Amino acid sequence: MCLAVPGRVLDIEERDGTRMAHVDFGGVVKEVCLEYLPDLQVGEYAIVHVGFALQRLDEESAKQTLELFATLGMLQEEFGDPWELAAEVGATLPPAGEEARK
Amino acid sequence: MSETTETTGLRTPVLDVAAWTCPAPLRDQSRVVMGHGGGGALSAELVEHVFAPAFGGEVLGQLGDAAALSLGGVRMAFSTDSFVVRPLFFPGGSIGDLAVNGTVNDLAMSGARAAYLSCGFILEEGVEMETVARVAEALGAAARAAGVEVATGDTKVVEAGHGDGIFINTAGIGLIPAGVDLRPQRVVPGDVVMVSGAIGVHGVAIMSVREGLEFGVEIESDCAALGGLVEAMLGVTPDLHVLRDPTRGGLAASLNEIAAASGTGVVIRERDVPVPPAVANACAVLGLDPMYVANEGKLVAFVPRDHADAVLDAMRAHPLGTESRIIGEVVEAHPGMVVARTGLGGTRVVDMPIGEQLPRIC
Amino acid sequence: MKYIDEFQDPDLARRLLDDIHSTVTRPWALMEVCGGQTHTIIRHGIDQLLPDQVELIHGPGCPVCVTPLEVIDKALEIASRPGVIFCSFGDMLRVPGTGRDLFQVRGAGGDVRVVYSPLDALRIAQQNPDRDVVFFGIGFETTAPPNAMTVYQARRLGIPNFSLLVSHVRVPPAIEAIMRSPSCRVQGFLAAGHVCSVMGVGEYPELAERFRVPIVVTGFEPLDILEGVRRTVVQLERGEHTVDNAYPRAVRPEGNPAARAMLEDVFDVTDRAWRGIGVIPDSGWRLSPKYRDYDAEYRFSVDGIQTREPAECRSGEVLQGLLKPHECEAFGTLCTPRTPLGATMVSSEGACAAYYLYRRLQLTPATREASPVV
Repeated sequence: MCLAVPGRVLDIEERDGTRMAHVDFGGVVKEVCLEYLPDLQVGEYAIVHVGFALQRLDEESAKQTLELFATLGMLQEEFGDPWELAAEVGATLPPAGEEARK
Repeated sequence: MSETTETTGLRTPVLDVAAWTCPAPLRDQSRVVMGHGGGGALSAELVEHVFAPAFGGEVLGQLGDAAALSLGGVRMAFSTDSFVVRPLFFPGGSIGDLAVNGTVNDLAMSGARAAYLSCGFILEEGVEMETVARVAEALGAAARAAGVEVATGDTKVVEAGHGDGIFINTAGIGLIPAGVDLRPQRVVPGDVVMVSGAIGVHGVAIMSVREGLEFGVEIESDCAALGGLVEAMLGVTPDLHVLRDPTRGGLAASLNEIAAASGTGVVIRERDVPVPPAVANACAVLGLDPMYVANEGKLVAFVPRDHADAVLDAMRAHPLGTESRIIGEVVEAHPGMVVARTGLGGTRVVDMPIGEQLPRIC
Repeated sequence: MKYIDEFQDPDLARRLLDDIHSTVTRPWALMEVCGGQTHTIIRHGIDQLLPDQVELIHGPGCPVCVTPLEVIDKALEIASRPGVIFCSFGDMLRVPGTGRDLFQVRGAGGDVRVVYSPLDALRIAQQNPDRDVVFFGIGFETTAPPNAMTVYQARRLGIPNFSLLVSHVRVPPAIEAIMRSPSCRVQGFLAAGHVCSVMGVGEYPELAERFRVPIVVTGFEPLDILEGVRRTVVQLERGEHTVDNAYPRAVRPEGNPAARAMLEDVFDVTDRAWRGIGVIPDSGWRLSPKYRDYDAEYRFSVDGIQTREPAECRSGEVLQGLLKPHECEAFGTLCTPRTPLGATMVSSEGACAAYYLYRRLQLTPATREASPVV
């Protein structure tokens, strides 16, 4: 229901009486049908599923959501947190892995 | 890749019964399906249940990318591979490049520098002569670049509709240097796992021009001959444990084959696996996992810890290995399985692909 | 990719996890409805990072998995007919019908093609006027509008050799069916974000109220999943049960009105069988009488095909969280990812298939001691 990704509209054209666009997904460009978002403009982002733009992506809302996440867990920071400790125990890679990420 | 690569099963002493995904292989498959050529579990079963028992022989039992032979006291590698790619020309290469580099790389994975190739063409009636000539030129150029000579060849034509334009088979031989013994059975816990650069590039380049999936992307196949890179690595130490070129089935298939054949566990750190943005994004759009996407110019190496840094340096100094990375290591836990530490700190099992990878909607 | 990468950020994920860990005081069972969300959870190992008290039950939201055996058998029959080009999303090819799958139909000479979009199938129909082109129209409310538009276009452009084999399903009736089950364990839902991008959230307040469960509209990246879990857990701890939208960048309350209008025009609501679960009233769509000429079931007269689900498969219980996959008698023996009996073993997102993989990891003694992963 399911795999839909956000892409940016590059250009819009009418074809066979259907509103079509080229949409950029981070360097991957596909043809997308805009019939369900007739007022979508070049430069805007939309959620695309199997070649159809289904909903406009609200960039302001995305920003606010990320800002909200950034304010979470501030309290725990001062005390060290159980999740990190659990994750450390799970770490099976020795320092050799660090070498590669210089 | 040669038929002998797609296996996990014949070395029964190390086979983990719990890792066996199908209790009744082939029984439900009365005909060949595409997955039997996909380099995953179905390919392995075909080799294990049909070809290996029919052929017999000790050498085939090695089931590596290439067979290591001893002939007149000389150690050599011998490999064959068939090429059926659509379209014939794709961004960054053609079936001609693949036909050379595929076999050269299979030989390289046993440490051998390819010396001679054979080349068999199966042409479909009606295919344009100019197309054949372009493929032949590409093949010749690739052979020269790899420093290998096409020494013998053959041509057959099949009726229109019975082929896909051009099929090519190549076989190659090369000498294995003294002291070099690359086999998954040599892998031990503590070995370091490295790749020679960005993964998934070839598969995404091919998919971008495949009918029904077409998309625009500025990415070219990484198709390249790896003989020189392997020589540079062996120059550091002949004591590498195993090399693979992760073609069909991608990095996931290669790591699973090695884990199964060596009876060890493989742990990789996902954020260290180099995936270019274009590959990641194409995979995001199509619902694919870069770990399962084909490469044609990359290798994965299992190296003793003591030599890891020096080998990595040598790889990075070679033009085809500048983006080499350590991605993980071999552990005693979970023998036969590949486990990835995810970017968030969780883990997931990276399983052997069953057949060809398909775009998802879900 | 912009708006994906940011929502995979490990540092922000830690903040969300910290918050969840410090909020939870007792056990809660949450269901993520959508298979795409299950995929994210498995792919990033999110379930292992949550507190032990938070149990995620993988819901019936993989459209590939829940397509009933009977419809698969109809697809196999149509795809086997001479002159037919059968087009499908890639992940449907591996789903077994009775005794075979679409790959095997292709192996036996059928013309089965993978396409990215239903519009690709329509184009194939235009290019092959002498062939019958059938598209396998499966999926939830997200995929239904693209398929509806394609049929609408076929009719508008007069492309007579195109038809759709429809097996669409709807989420709200499935949530209702799960909650009505007497032994249901689900206490809160992560609703499928992209379904709501189309349909809006109007169908959910009544369900949340009637069954007294929080329903949080949730996106698909790791941070989205964590935020969906966080908001659900906050509600549960407070004893609340409202509809909340944790995916506002892609979901408006009203959904997409143009898409909803098209769905009304092209489809009629119908009862639909779900693989492994059975018939759920009003849980599907079929083509409306106006589009009957484009209905593959009608055109190829396959409505007589009736198939019963295998009796051994208990995936319905698994989907409701009543049965752990390994407690099923068929698990790992009769039923494996290679030889699946039911919905939950079919795709890698299915609860049984996911469990199958991790159970192998668990069974390794060294892992059991060394790692908190499992």
